[in-house]
Amino acid sequence: MLGLGILSGLLIVPLCGAAFILTLKGDDASVARNSRWAALATTIVTFALSLVAWGRYDAASASFQLVESHPWLAETIRFKLGVDGFSMPLVLLTTFLMPFCIGASWTSIHVRVKEYFVAFLVLETTMIGVFESLDLLLFYLFFEAGLIPMFLIIGIWGGQRRIYASFKFFLYTLLGSVLMLLAVMAMYWQAGTTDIPTLLQYRFPVHMQTWLWLAFFASFAVKMPMWPVHTWLPDAHVEAPTAGSVVLAGILLKMGGYGFIRISLPMLPVASQDFAPLVFALSVIAIIFTSLTAMMQTDIKKLIAYSSVAHMGFVTLGLFTLNEQGIQGALFLMISHGIVAGALFLCVGVVYDRMHTREIAAYGGLVKRMPLYAVAMMVFTMANVGLPGTSGFVGEFLSMLGAFKANPNVAFFSTFGIILSAAYALWLYARVIYGKLEKPNLQGILDLDTREKIILAPLVALTIYYGVHPAPVLDVFAPSTDALMASMKAALSNTQTAAAALPIPR
Amino acid sequence: MYHAIVFFPLIGFLIAGLFGRYIGARACEYITTAFLAFTALLAWGVFLEGGHAERVQVASWFAAGDLQVDWAFKIDALTRVMLVVVTTVSTLVHLYSVGYMHEDPHRPRFFAYLSLFTFAMLMLVTADNLVQMFFGWEGVGLASYLLIGFWYEKPSANAAAMKAFIVNRVGDFGFSLGIFLVFVLTGSVAFDAIFSKVDTLKTLSFHFIGYDWNALTLACLLLFMGAMGKSAQFLLHTWLPDAMEGPTPVSALIHAATMVTAGVFMVARLSPLFEEAPNALIVVTVIGGITAFFAATIGLVQNDIKRVIAYSTCSQLGYMFVALGVGAYSAGVFHLFTHAFFKALLFLGAGSVIHAMHHEQDMRNMGGLRSHIPFTCAMMAIGSLALIGFPYTAGYYSKDAIIEAAYASTRPGHTLAFLCTVVAAFFTSFYSWRLFFMTFEGPARWGIHAAHDHPAAPAVVHSAMAHEADGAPGHTEGAAHDDHGHDVEPAHKSDLVADDHHGDDHGHGHHGDHTPHESPLVMTIPLAVLAFGALFAGIIFHDRFIGSGMDAFWGHALAHGPENHIMHEIHEVPALVSYSPLIMLILGFVLAFWMYIRRPELPGALAAQQPSLYRFLLNKWYFDELYDRIFVRPAKDFGLFLWKQGDGKIIDGLGPNGIAARVVDVTRGVVRLQTGYVYHYAFVMLIGVAGLISWYLMAGLPKGAH
Repeated sequence: MLGLGILSGLLIVPLCGAAFILTLKGDDASVARNSRWAALATTIVTFALSLVAWGRYDAASASFQLVESHPWLAETIRFKLGVDGFSMPLVLLTTFLMPFCIGASWTSIHVRVKEYFVAFLVLETTMIGVFESLDLLLFYLFFEAGLIPMFLIIGIWGGQRRIYASFKFFLYTLLGSVLMLLAVMAMYWQAGTTDIPTLLQYRFPVHMQTWLWLAFFASFAVKMPMWPVHTWLPDAHVEAPTAGSVVLAGILLKMGGYGFIRISLPMLPVASQDFAPLVFALSVIAIIFTSLTAMMQTDIKKLIAYSSVAHMGFVTLGLFTLNEQGIQGALFLMISHGIVAGALFLCVGVVYDRMHTREIAAYGGLVKRMPLYAVAMMVFTMANVGLPGTSGFVGEFLSMLGAFKANPNVAFFSTFGIILSAAYALWLYARVIYGKLEKPNLQGILDLDTREKIILAPLVALTIYYGVHPAPVLDVFAPSTDALMASMKAALSNTQTAAAALPIPR
Repeated sequence: MYHAIVFFPLIGFLIAGLFGRYIGARACEYITTAFLAFTALLAWGVFLEGGHAERVQVASWFAAGDLQVDWAFKIDALTRVMLVVVTTVSTLVHLYSVGYMHEDPHRPRFFAYLSLFTFAMLMLVTADNLVQMFFGWEGVGLASYLLIGFWYEKPSANAAAMKAFIVNRVGDFGFSLGIFLVFVLTGSVAFDAIFSKVDTLKTLSFHFIGYDWNALTLACLLLFMGAMGKSAQFLLHTWLPDAMEGPTPVSALIHAATMVTAGVFMVARLSPLFEEAPNALIVVTVIGGITAFFAATIGLVQNDIKRVIAYSTCSQLGYMFVALGVGAYSAGVFHLFTHAFFKALLFLGAGSVIHAMHHEQDMRNMGGLRSHIPFTCAMMAIGSLALIGFPYTAGYYSKDAIIEAAYASTRPGHTLAFLCTVVAAFFTSFYSWRLFFMTFEGPARWGIHAAHDHPAAPAVVHSAMAHEADGAPGHTEGAAHDDHGHDVEPAHKSDLVADDHHGDDHGHGHHGDHTPHESPLVMTIPLAVLAFGALFAGIIFHDRFIGSGMDAFWGHALAHGPENHIMHEIHEVPALVSYSPLIMLILGFVLAFWMYIRRPELPGALAAQQPSLYRFLLNKWYFDELYDRIFVRPAKDFGLFLWKQGDGKIIDGLGPNGIAARVVDVTRGVVRLQTGYVYHYAFVMLIGVAGLISWYLMAGLPKGAH
């Protein structure tokens, strides 16, 4: 295909869709209608294309696959794409979730419909780009470029305080990424290339690793988000339109975790090990503090946003355990949380579209009129709580298991998360879904319509399927995780300072 | 075969859950009940057939590094016993519910939940590894949550459901850590692999939260924490009485016969570990003993018929743990087995009473029911006899064995356990007869407003004090009668005067206009079957479970260390010890007879004489208030503090708000038109990114080029 591979195709298709939508002319209603269908078609084609890529992907191998490399800025800075066990599932998650986002925006967006879908499609390209890049500069560009459409989505189609929220979002993430840019430049000066596969083999001097690690950490920690730089997330979620929240929770948050596994851990192993206690501390604080904070929220979206922060605490915890269970658990949790948190925000969108409020107190007794909705919400709530048999369990269990291996005390504190998550999630459920349907304006509320059923049913199915049979995802992570472990082990044993304290018991 | 036993209830759940709306309630009832009956037949088949232990691989669940978790069944004598208990009680409860829930509009949902529960419970008891056990463990927790909260419009039911799930999660906190520890120590979560490494485990030490522990003891204690939660043992018991908010068949199935015994099953399943961790067994013994005693004391004064039985369940579970703690695993499991019959019988009998009384649960408003519902009365009598251990009933064999084992044991804590169980036996007898007398004997207090007006009724002082001191939710089962009685209307609506049910007089006497009536056959047949079990399960099976056929029956399912001869020593205890349960039984009966038949004014007088003790017991040792004060409220306050002060004032205040506020001010000044926003922002962003790129290129190219 014009000398371009399938991974380029994944970047180009959404852009083509966006370009097509931009050319649409006519009266507002028909433009809006055509934009919707065009956006939906584009995302579905992209998803289909990613499935083709998946078909060509060899899950048993740890190496980069479907690699394509095009000349770009310089011989050492190329437009290089490729996927491995860490990025392939995230690419699929992205392309999978996008049609749902389009579907969720079907009726709820009334102004600037055309621009809205253009923004989403551009966003899709940047997100896929982050996961596909095999060049650090390219990675950085996509990482940053994703900010723009998201900033617009919150700032234009958001709620009451959208300006405040979008600026908070923008400031936090941009400040973090300036440091990342410095780190990228420093790496380039040191290693002479921004080629990720080459950098993965490169051994950075120990003192330099520390600074590089901190610079990347600033960026990834904000994206994650980790405590205490998480406060942009609840505001961003609350103000974002439903689909914006889905993308934010489902995919954008995973970029931080992906950054850790793609850059921090393999390229800066010594610093990663040295800073693991810091990450543990922040993760445990995130799990306990934000769970407690979530419990007291009065806004449904804010509650789920805080619960996302707590779950991301499990992800960072698992990644820095530096053992197979922890890392694979964290990666699995990223995928699972993408589905579950995305679905929860879609569920909030369902009632928000009807009642135009996110206040928990405005609801109650919905099960009476909305039994199907109650079922879907129950499944996702239980997945959020980490009930075995749902996808939420596998990731949480493995990351806590890994944490116990690395440091039992850390695991002890993080395990409090399973009590607290049950408390806030069930309390939310009890207040929104159960109880008597007493509020007069809820008396006529309707259950899921066909569009909403089509959106939620696959997510319900996937949540349970991956809970019972997580192997399709876990097995993709395994070879890359093993390779990462081996390379880190080698790097650490070569380093005098860290030789003795290797936390990899086997 | 085993696939069928485990997965048929799942299919039943899926059919009723997914298609219940289309096929109708009646079809759901028939399908789920028939599936369960079939499952029960298979289970009895494999139980009676016996045979050696085997492992049935179903599928792989997940793997990461050296962790391998399978879906697999471990089938041995212990599993077979549990299969029989679970499927039998579940079948009977399904059948009974056809009658009991007969007018509830949500029957498909109810039967789906029941089958879901059964499936999860079967996964639990057949688990081949700790993680699958945890799957079943939390699965039954979910089903329990859904069923306690079945009448979702009732706030107390919602609160109870949440409480059950969250308190169980506290236990699961320990269970999870236990699994992690076992995996880190042994590299496996499969039972057989763990058991094979027990000898090395007991020599290891493990540093955890600041202490050096014996690795095996720590693992057992953490896992036991899970058992304490599920089996409602002392400190984690508070959810069980509240769980009585659920429909009565649920109480019988989940909160008496099966789910709450999961903790006992777990310790029995892990007996090879516990047997080598004597210090952990001391904890099991002591907790069991305390629970047996403490729950029985509360049972003495409760007025809600279901709550009495709930505390009795709690207490009997304590007995089982005492047995496990002193190493008499088979006696513990035997009591689990017999208890399932008579406790399910008592609950379903109580359900029949409640049904007859039109969802009245307060025993102060009962009395004299024997002549109205003689069959139910007879069934309750059988259940009570078995519970108190009347000679040759089922409870007699298992309970006596436990008390004798507690005496015969030489392990630390056994004396306390012995005393607790003996005293609890006396209390058990007393509250059982109290329940029986208050419900079936004496004057009828369910006449028109009788409870509050009758000067001679013992209930008067009771009730006055209870209403003052007891903050517990209402005593009527089901939702409030006034406005949505349709949810919970009892089966025989035809017998009712409609006005009575929906009338305004919402008081304890408001059922006064009708006569209690016997339940339909679909409810009485399960009672009869359970009564048969309560009478004869002991005689038939005691030889296999705890007698001479024991070793052949259990095989290697339960571990007894070389020094553990407890099951032989129980035959050599002094005669007085052997007779002590019987003595307690008689004393309890005499006292109850005296207080509730001969001198019915006595209980009230006694309560008035000892008000603080009475209130202490009536309010369940104030555990709910204590936990609310030291856990729930501080957690909420702290959460609020973290949100408003931590995130709001400190993090945002010092960080972004200052900056963001300035930026917003500036933007407001510059851009007034809304239409300007998009392009303006996009422009700024693009300029920014372009600037960054150029900066990079200018800085980076020279080096890259050479």
